Amino acid sequence: MRLISLLAVVLCLLAVPARAELEITVTGGDVSALPIAIVPFTQVDEVQLDLAKVVDNDLSRSGRFRTLPRTDMLQKPSQVAQVDYGTWRAQGMDNLVIGQVGRTETGGFFVRFFLLDTVNGKQILGYDIPVRSLDQMRYVAHQISDLIYEKLLGIPGYFNTKIAYVVATGLGYQRNFQLVVADADGENPRVVATSREPLMSPAWSPDRKQLAYVGYERGRSAIYIHTLATGQVRKLINEKGINGSPAWSPDGTRLAITLSFENNPDIYVLDVNGGNRRRLTDHYGIDTEPSWSPDGSKLIFTSDRGGAPQIYEVSVDGGDARRVTFQGRQNLRASYAPDGKSIVLVNLDAGRYRIAVLELATGDLRLLSDGRLDESPSFAPGGAVVIYATQGARGAELATVSIDGRVRQSLRQAGDVREPAWSPLAR
Amino acid sequence: MYKPMNKNVRLSLVLLSALALGACASSGKRTADDGRAQGAATQSGTAYNDNISGSASQIGGEGGYDASVEAERALSTNIIYFDYDQSTIKPEYQSVVDSYAKYLAANPAAKVRLEGHADERGTREYNIGLGERRANSVQSALTAQGVSSAQLSVISYGEERPANLGHDEASYAENRRVQIIRQ
Repeated sequence: MRLISLLAVVLCLLAVPARAELEITVTGGDVSALPIAIVPFTQVDEVQLDLAKVVDNDLSRSGRFRTLPRTDMLQKPSQVAQVDYGTWRAQGMDNLVIGQVGRTETGGFFVRFFLLDTVNGKQILGYDIPVRSLDQMRYVAHQISDLIYEKLLGIPGYFNTKIAYVVATGLGYQRNFQLVVADADGENPRVVATSREPLMSPAWSPDRKQLAYVGYERGRSAIYIHTLATGQVRKLINEKGINGSPAWSPDGTRLAITLSFENNPDIYVLDVNGGNRRRLTDHYGIDTEPSWSPDGSKLIFTSDRGGAPQIYEVSVDGGDARRVTFQGRQNLRASYAPDGKSIVLVNLDAGRYRIAVLELATGDLRLLSDGRLDESPSFAPGGAVVIYATQGARGAELATVSIDGRVRQSLRQAGDVREPAWSPLAR
Repeated sequence: MYKPMNKNVRLSLVLLSALALGACASSGKRTADDGRAQGAATQSGTAYNDNISGSASQIGGEGGYDASVEAERALSTNIIYFDYDQSTIKPEYQSVVDSYAKYLAANPAAKVRLEGHADERGTREYNIGLGERRANSVQSALTAQGVSSAQLSVISYGEERPANLGHDEASYAENRRVQIIRQ
């Protein structure tokens, strides 16, 4: 038996727990979804969290897996020796996950799990994960989901990630804005900033330790950088006029932002400490919503220099901008897929703002959403899923869609939920 | 005297009648919510009444109704609405600009904040740009009438502070606006 140890990497957030949690609904599914049974782990009494349930939710919500309901399980083994492969094979469950959660001799915990191939009666994965404290159990469960997802599909899992979003409640000058960070499955929401003035445009640093966002103070907008572990907030910039659209460079050393103090909105690049500010575009149109290419060599941005907003590309060294989008009356707020081959954007056509993916090599534009006012799209880490904001029946909510358009999730809570930003994977 | 008001010979006639109406309505009973007179003044769109206008002073002199009250009333129309994705000030809102231009010229210490807003269509940061463009358009109109830029500040809220939370054209029309806020 091969046992590999690894440490659970946990992002600790010193922040206030939010009252409301995102409620998740999944629709659609992949016809080629892989059958998998995740048996409840045997757990020591101190561990309240049902780890197998967390794994089951992660995998089934991805749309790439079809999980077996517990009521249909004919046996509930927790050790490899107990498994009757034929029973699972007969139920069409080609893949089986079993596990245990116990105490270590040094006073901590361990989580041991196995991914088994029931067709060949073989072990595919086996891990022994030490866990220092109970509050890390949920992250260990997501880590297990990531390991299974990557092993069976060949692409990195994205379950051990976070989502930042903005919640607006109330009317007029009583309106209240909250910047919230939650686990990717909506659990553990934490309010990291709250304001009577708008909070906008959260953006994760590549090491996912910091969030840049836009707020207002003393009659101006400002860009702040919030360090999640300490709760410390630093003002990056607060020029006259617009300070907006922060986007981290892939190496985390610089940000692209929108400033208008030199007359009208243009794209600038500056160091994380605020130094070395450089103007990248200079046009009387509105230039905004920059996004870096994964290799950091160029940026795409929204500009209405041609009359209506469209996406343009410019080298990080400046120079002439090149128009990228041509289909639809407007195209806005584009960002790159992790492989840099496509971009996701907001497309206006026939009076509807919808999310679309543009293949850069072919120019092929594919609509991914069906709303009227869909916005703020971005790829989840790994690039298999796009998250965006949409108008639901009870107010603005978040949605995800697989890039083949087959699997959809809605994530909602009280108030207008908008501007989702998916954290990078832990490194 | 009417030179800076240009088109306002016609408007001042409307204003006169509005003031006369106001004076009549308020005679004998002066309450804060003089709805009829206020409605007339607002509907006429004439807005600010020049302090040095003899006629207004005369009327204002009766029953404690002075020009500053009318000036105040005129300034209460402080919102300029815009067409979709546009930042051009439409003719019907020129009077709002005119009244604030006069107010600011007459009160050099006064300052106003120009808050630009957009409807919810389009992306949020683009709408921040659009709101600023609208506020800048009002700023230019005011400075063109001699207002010092030191009296003006511009802020854009984009679509973040809607006046109406509806999702139809009527709501959108209320949200595409610049609010002039005295400070």
